[in-house]
Amino acid sequence: MSRELRRLRGRVAIAGAAEADEHGKLPHKSAFMLHAEAARNALADAGLESSDVDAVFSAGLWMGSETAEYLGLRPRYIDGTQIGGCSFIAHVQHAMAAIDAGIVDVALITHGESGASRIGMPGTRFGPDAFRLQFENPFGLAGPPTGYALAATRHMHQYGTTSEQLAELAVSTRKWAQLNPRAIMRDPLSVDDVLGSRMISWPLHLLDCCLVTDAGGAVVVTSAERARDLARPPVYVLGTGEASTHVIVSQMPDFAFWDAARMSSERAFAMAGVTHADIDVAMFYDAFTIVPVMGLEATGFCKPGEGGPFVSGGRTAPGGAFPMNTNGGGLSYTHSGMYGMFTLVEAVRQLRAECGARQVAGATTAICHGLGGMFSSAATLICGTEVPT
Amino acid sequence: MADYTGPLPVPSPETKPFWDAARRHELTLPFCKPCGAFFYYPRAACPRCLSADLEWRAVSGRGTLHTFTVVYRGQRGFPLGPPYVLAVVELAEGPRMMTNLVGIAADPATIRIGMPVEVTFEDVTAEFTLPHFRPAGGEA
Repeated sequence: MSRELRRLRGRVAIAGAAEADEHGKLPHKSAFMLHAEAARNALADAGLESSDVDAVFSAGLWMGSETAEYLGLRPRYIDGTQIGGCSFIAHVQHAMAAIDAGIVDVALITHGESGASRIGMPGTRFGPDAFRLQFENPFGLAGPPTGYALAATRHMHQYGTTSEQLAELAVSTRKWAQLNPRAIMRDPLSVDDVLGSRMISWPLHLLDCCLVTDAGGAVVVTSAERARDLARPPVYVLGTGEASTHVIVSQMPDFAFWDAARMSSERAFAMAGVTHADIDVAMFYDAFTIVPVMGLEATGFCKPGEGGPFVSGGRTAPGGAFPMNTNGGGLSYTHSGMYGMFTLVEAVRQLRAECGARQVAGATTAICHGLGGMFSSAATLICGTEVPT
Repeated sequence: MADYTGPLPVPSPETKPFWDAARRHELTLPFCKPCGAFFYYPRAACPRCLSADLEWRAVSGRGTLHTFTVVYRGQRGFPLGPPYVLAVVELAEGPRMMTNLVGIAADPATIRIGMPVEVTFEDVTAEFTLPHFRPAGGEA
């Protein structure tokens, strides 16, 4: 597997990355306005024009072609793959394949979501007889917190993971947010604050849950060769993977193990030819505190059951041995609903050493690991400033 | 019953026998004859082998609590709470299904993963019955 995969390592690069002009609670902006800001900013970052774009990737509830139309693009390649919040990480893999195949040159991956204000957002994509509405909602499944709590409970039962360990992750992530002027939540946070916050769905407290914001982001992917001639230093795509195991919550194969993450990360590491020890900075999708804990286990940074101890002692905080979610994560920075885009933007910024007070010194290799659904899908990107020889 | 405020299922062709059976207070699941195994949720294709060689069979209604959460901020107007217990039960026949655990306090301190449970049917409207579970041998 590795040899054929390895051929793709470093073939493409992220040439531009940016967010919408602002984020937070933005009732004066529609989702498409956030798309447009992000796309404009990412193309400017790359030093490209909209007329250079020949492939569009987006993952809202719209058709990809609707996003393209709003942006005035006439792409020859449209990908609206929607596997949840990690879709944009998966899109990097799809863009890589399309560019490597010679079908397109410049891929725009764009995200805009009015997650808090719900302005210009489509309605539900579920029909009234959707399976989750038949077999889960009648029992009071109430959105992501209730579903993720089911995994957290099982993980605690099976491995002894504690609420204090989950709270430590939230505290470490907040410390990064305090170094990021754009982060929404910057007040000091303690383990006791997390444990004392309102219970949402036991064992998850309010401060175990991510923010809900209006936000947008975009990245531009092109061939490594072309990226080297553009405005910013290329961030090479070294390894990619994606996987899906289920959608309906009750169908999760193992409530204490995120198998899609194992599948996507194994492939990404095999392609990149780097080891876990080579990763300088990590972006782990943190919709809930339990998510990075199970993500770190499934991607092999620790063994199953060791995620709680792994994130303890400030290991993921500024100055810790494993710098993670340096923007402040979905827990404290922003979370539009599909957070995966922001793992990409922050990884690019870290690898370009643009992060100021939160910069991880000398970071040359990063991992972005995203979540979709209820541990349903996963996508992994390993990227770096150089292509290993 | 007419005032039931929770969400109700809207059956589709492949699931209607499940809901019809629940109305009769029977828990029936699709059984794949080539695999010799039940599966859940009902589909027209076995999720193991894609076979259409299926039949509806009654199951015991017994199982164990696989995992749960006590929901404090849940669906608005949900009749069981808050707080209420959203649960995943592993049936004796193998499949796992989402349900509510009833007949026990909605208190994480009293609920144990692995506890034996049994189905109890709640006629929520004239047309719909939901399969809930309670501690086995309970009086709920």
